[in-house]
Parts: sequence; structure tokens; C-alpha cells
Amino acid sequence: MAFTLPKETYTGKVYPVTIGSGDKTVTFGGENVLPFHSFEGTTPYRPLVAYEIMDVPPTEWPDKVKEPYAAVSDNPVKWAKYCETELKAKAIALRLYGTHPDNGDKSAADAVIVVKDVLAAINVPLIIIGSNHAEKDTDVLVKVSEAAKGHTCIIGKAQEANYKTIAASAMANGHMLIAMSELDINLSKQLNIMITQLGFTKEKIIIDPMCSALGYGLEYTYTVMERIRLAALTQNDTTMQQPMLGDVGMYVWKIKEVTASEETLPEWGALTERGIAWEAQTAASLMLSGAELLIMRHPEAVKAVESFIDELM
Amino acid sequence: MALTGVEIFKLLPKTNCKKCGFPTCLAFAMQLASRKVSLDACPDVSDAAKATLGEASAPPIRPITLGAGAKAVKLGEETVLFRHEKKFVNPCAFAIGIKDTDDAALQDKKIAECLTSEIERVGQKLKVDAIAIINESGDKGKFETLAKKVAEKAGDVPAIVCSSNTDAASAALAVFKDKKALLYGATMANVVEMAALAKANGAALGVTASNLDELADLTEKAKAAGIEDIVMDSGAKKAKDILEHNTMIRRAAIKKGNKSVGFPIINFMMRDDNMLETLMIGLGIAKYSSIVVLSSAEKWKNLVTFTLRQNIYTDPQVPMQVQQKIYEIGTPAPNSPLIVTTNFSLTYFIVAGEVENSKVSTWLAVMDCEGLSVLTAWAAGKFTAGKIAAFIKESGIEDKISNKELIIPGYVAILSGALEEKLDGWKITVGPREANAIPTYLKSRSA
Ligand code: SF4
Repeated sequence: MAFTLPKETYTGKVYPVTIGSGDKTVTFGGENVLPFHSFEGTTPYRPLVAYEIMDVPPTEWPDKVKEPYAAVSDNPVKWAKYCETELKAKAIALRLYGTHPDNGDKSAADAVIVVKDVLAAINVPLIIIGSNHAEKDTDVLVKVSEAAKGHTCIIGKAQEANYKTIAASAMANGHMLIAMSELDINLSKQLNIMITQLGFTKEKIIIDPMCSALGYGLEYTYTVMERIRLAALTQNDTTMQQPMLGDVGMYVWKIKEVTASEETLPEWGALTERGIAWEAQTAASLMLSGAELLIMRHPEAVKAVESFIDELM
Repeated sequence: MALTGVEIFKLLPKTNCKKCGFPTCLAFAMQLASRKVSLDACPDVSDAAKATLGEASAPPIRPITLGAGAKAVKLGEETVLFRHEKKFVNPCAFAIGIKDTDDAALQDKKIAECLTSEIERVGQKLKVDAIAIINESGDKGKFETLAKKVAEKAGDVPAIVCSSNTDAASAALAVFKDKKALLYGATMANVVEMAALAKANGAALGVTASNLDELADLTEKAKAAGIEDIVMDSGAKKAKDILEHNTMIRRAAIKKGNKSVGFPIINFMMRDDNMLETLMIGLGIAKYSSIVVLSSAEKWKNLVTFTLRQNIYTDPQVPMQVQQKIYEIGTPAPNSPLIVTTNFSLTYFIVAGEVENSKVSTWLAVMDCEGLSVLTAWAAGKFTAGKIAAFIKESGIEDKISNKELIIPGYVAILSGALEEKLDGWKITVGPREANAIPTYLKSRSA
């Protein structure tokens, strides 16, 4: 008996986004089917995994994810180069953590220097992320956006409180923009619309529906992403057809499951594998629900996710 | 395919006799259509109608119980493709695979991993559910020996007997007679004999095909041989193919009412690379496997996969709630800070995570607000000064702390005056609005 394949026809498509300059550009998104459903449409590009680095040493990261970078993380340029040459990073995400008023309050001018130095040192595309302090980010992201002109970076994150200035400078300097809202499909859609109403090209937005770590609300992010993808593909909702970001590492590497020692919680097993698997599993699940861009920290977790993508493509 | 209320109504006696407990046949039909009542409630329905309705009202994916007794697990019975539509029903079962070619020590280790796998997380007990014994050697004697070992050491754990060799399967399956085991390995070549074996031993039958066409053929053949409880392997091995086949099967069963694939799915996820295997298990959880077979069950791996399974199988309509109580983060002392928040699980997890991040031991008072976040609960009148004060007094925290100071979320700063009145002798402090500011806040307080 023949099995009739119940294939879906999708009316919408996710915009492809190309970042970087010269011969090292990378494209992600572009599919016209649900994640990895290449059997009923096209998925021209792999999800992109970017390595996270910071402008200040990662003193608050747990030891297990600090260790791989112990020799380089005192300097963002060394750190970025290490990711590119040793870890074969396909993109680098620089978080300007030190600009947060509570974490050193570095100035926008300091951030500009770091961004310029990192850009000069690497060939792969750069994602530049603020400290998630709405007001400070306005100042910092505008200046680094200018400094990175010509490199086609991703700048973020624009939120409801500060999107206007950040979007304007990303637009003026030819960058893509991350639009972050808080775990709600309608808020996400609304922010996209407000940003495009400023004249920002809708094909240059990346949606960050707000991430959660496995066990700490992952089901919310998973389902919001899945619903955004369905809206984009089955309802051809052009305000939701941007690729999505899973900012995985920063949510994963602070929870109890990746920090609790084996002595205190022997029933949780080996700490090294536990942390790596926690990050990899969070990223992999978000990819299955719609994320095309992932920001991650542990090299072994990235390796696992890349092998998983290999099997899925 | 499910029938509508009106279609069902046409098959009922239409006497409006009320014996079913509903005022009219139509009212009863509507309840049947939404699966809220059982057809048995109408004593007068004809046999012909029963047959039609029985077929139509059966769940699109057949529910199957694997194993017997306290450790039995339910499979299948799913009704949707995406979790926002409705809760996924029966969590994907994890089966640790043990080969008859594994050396004895490894076999023992895997049995032990299964038996000691249970952990508790957010009020649920999670574990590796089953043991799959695999006839890798093709040898009957070796396989039977393994079956006996598993039965002796883990007799109450549901068993999956994997072999396409009918002699070996027969010998091993007999060890689990009438324990609702799963006999996996029916192919086009042996399905009749395997079906007979499954029936004789009270087992479900697992069919293994090389593609979806063959799979539909196989289940029809198994049904013709009198088997109702079927578990399916489409032959997909690579992640790409597993995703494709599982998606096609789930859609066909649920959206097209294709009964030939309306059964739970089994996927073998073993990989040499254990991290990759972990992610493959995640694929099975997210994308429609009812059973995943694993090569090992280390504690770290269990914690990750159990947690994902729990996340994906929670009810999306009901906000996840945590229990109302005073949680101890770190090892709080009488002079440690006391923070109050609501019991929306996401709020709890984020706040608890940030408090942990601060490394400042803290009392976290989590108040039952029916799973609403701070602002929503406040707006809904569930997180008010009066209610917070009552909760704090009843919680008994006063006996554990030395300085009566309560830190409230910055979003409800407006409550501080009223709270100070209601909580006599307490100091009310307004904390940060956003959880991510908690570490800095707590650190600066304790500095
Ligand atoms: S018992 Fe049967 S015949 Fe009587 S009202 Fe109910 S559905 Fe109709």
C-alpha cells in the first residue's frame, strides 16, 4: 500500500540574511519550510553558530566554560582570533558587557576601540551586542555602529525602550539589527512593525523572541519561535519572516545545573559533560523550533551542535 | 478521521430519551465529538453505529501501554503537531539498549544505570523507562541469556525484545511473557511469525520497514494477523530522515486520519559521539518519537534529556506553577535577605537563577498567584499588600530571620506603603524591577 505523503505547501519564506564583508560573508535563513524540512521545500543555508566573546574578562562565567579561554580571555582581540583560527568560528559575537553601569561602566569610546581592534583582527563576520542596559546601549551601540561601518555586522539588541536610535544608526551604517521582545509573539511582531515604520528594511532584522535555558522556561521560547515560524510560513505574515536568534550561552551558563558541583549533587553526574550538554541541548531545541542564529560559549557544545546540523541538513 | 457532532448525531437513535444523561441526542453527539463522554452512555445505539463511531472516535494515534505494574509506561494518544495547540500527552519513553554482544560488565552497568536513573525535578519523578535487549549476535542462546539476566535484575522494568530472528525472539520473549513487552523486529519477511509470537506472549509488536510505503504495508499485515498494539520504525536512521518520517507519520495520522500509521514511533538514537546522541534524543522528544533507544544513560545525560522531555510535554495552556513556599537559595542565615515574588514558574526560575548567580544566600518567598507573573498578578489583584502580608505571616519565616525586612519587586514599588502598614514592625524595601539586576543589587547590599 502506498503511503500518501501529506506534504505541506507553505506560502511564506524566511528572509536570507548575509553578514560580513570581503570573501568571508556568511548567509543564514532563506528557507521556505519549517526548520530542516528540506523534504518539502528549500533550506539553502545552515543555521549559523557564533562564538561569544566579551570586552572584559569573563569573571562571572562558571569555571567549566572559562577554562577553554583561560589563555586568551584577558584580551578581546586575542580571544576573537583564537575563536577564528583555533576553533574555526564562522562568526563571532562580541558582547560589550563592560559598558553596563554595574559592570565597570566603560564608555562608548572604549567600546569603539574594542570593536575596531576586533574587526581589524578577524575575517569572519561580527555580531556586536550591548550590555542590555537600555539607556547605555543607546549611546554605545550608536557609536560602535558607526565604527563598524562597511563591515555589515549585526547590531543589538534593540528593545521597545530604545529601538529608535539604535535602528537609525544601524540603518545609516549598513548593519543588520536584532529586535528583542519578551517571550510573546505579539510583542515581537509589534516591535518589528515599529522598526520598519522608521524606514528600516524588514529584511535586515533578526528576531530575538528572548531566550531561556533548558529547564528554565525553554518551553516558552520554543513555542514562541514555533508560532513565529508558522505565522511566517503558513500565513505568509511578512512582519514575522526574519531569521531568529537564540542567545543561548548567556542564559545557560549561570543556572544551577551547569555550576553545581558533583560533590553537592552527585545524582546530577559529571559537571563537565552536564554543562556542555545543557548548552548544546538548549541550542539544538531552539534550532528545531526556528532559530537560525545561535550565540554560544563552549567549544564542545558548538561542536555537538554542528554535528547535529550535519545530520539534519 | 474524527466525525463532527452533526455526523455523529445522524448515527444516534434520535429519540431524545435522555438515558445518556443529556437532554437530546444532539447534545450527546456534541459531547462525543469533543471526546468528553463515551458512547457506552447511550444504551440504544445500534451495532452498526457502534462500529462506525468506535472506529471514528478512536484516537488518531493508538494508545499503547508498555510493561505491566507500577513501572508501565503509556505511549501514543497524541492529537496535535505543535505544542501550542494542545498538550502533548504521553512523554517519549527512554529505553536503554543492551546488546547481547556487550560484555557482561557493560550489560550490568547499563542495567544499573537504568535502575538508579530516577530523579525528581519540579515535583515530577523522571527516569529511564525501559530496557531494550538487542540480538546483535544473531545467536539464540546469547540472546536468551541476556533476557534472563535483565528479567532477574530488572524484572519490573518494561522490556523491548529486539530481534528479527524468530527463534531468538521466541526464546527471549518467553522470559517476559504477559508483561506487555514489545517484540521489535517484524519485517516483510517474518511479520506473520512475529505477530504469532507477540500474541502468544501478550506483547506489542514492533515493525521495522525500509521506507514509509513499506511501513504502511507492514502495519496492515500485522493488523491482518490480529495484532492491535503496534510500534513503528520507518527505517530512518539519520536525523534528517527521522525528522522527515516522523513528521509525515504524525501529520498523516492526525490530519489525514491515516490509520495505517496511527501508532507510536520507535527511533534508535545510538551514536558513537555521546553528545550527538544526547541531541538526537532531543530530536526524538521534540519531533514525535514515542520511544527512543539510547546506548547509555549517564546521569548528566539523563538530567539534560529528562529536563527537555519535561519542558516539551508540559501543558502550554496552563502556566507552569511552582509550589508556594519559602525557598532557600544557597544556605541562608537569619540575617540573609528575604525576597518575595510570584509562583509563575518562569518568574521563579529567572529570579532563583539570578539570586544563585549573585552567590548571596537568600530566602526566596514564592507566593501562590495562580501562576501569574508579578505585574499580571498585581493587576489581577492576586499580589496585593494584604495577600503578601498574610502569606509572609503564615509562612513562619519570622521565626527564622533576625531582621524583619522584606524585599519586593521593583514593579510593585507602589505596594510598599500599604505593606508597611499591614506587616507591623517590618521594613519594606523596593528591589530591582528586572531580575537581571538582582546579582548587583544583592552583592551591593551584602558588601
Ligand atoms: S440515550 Fe441515546 S437515544 Fe437517548 S437521548 Fe441519549 S443519545 Fe439519544
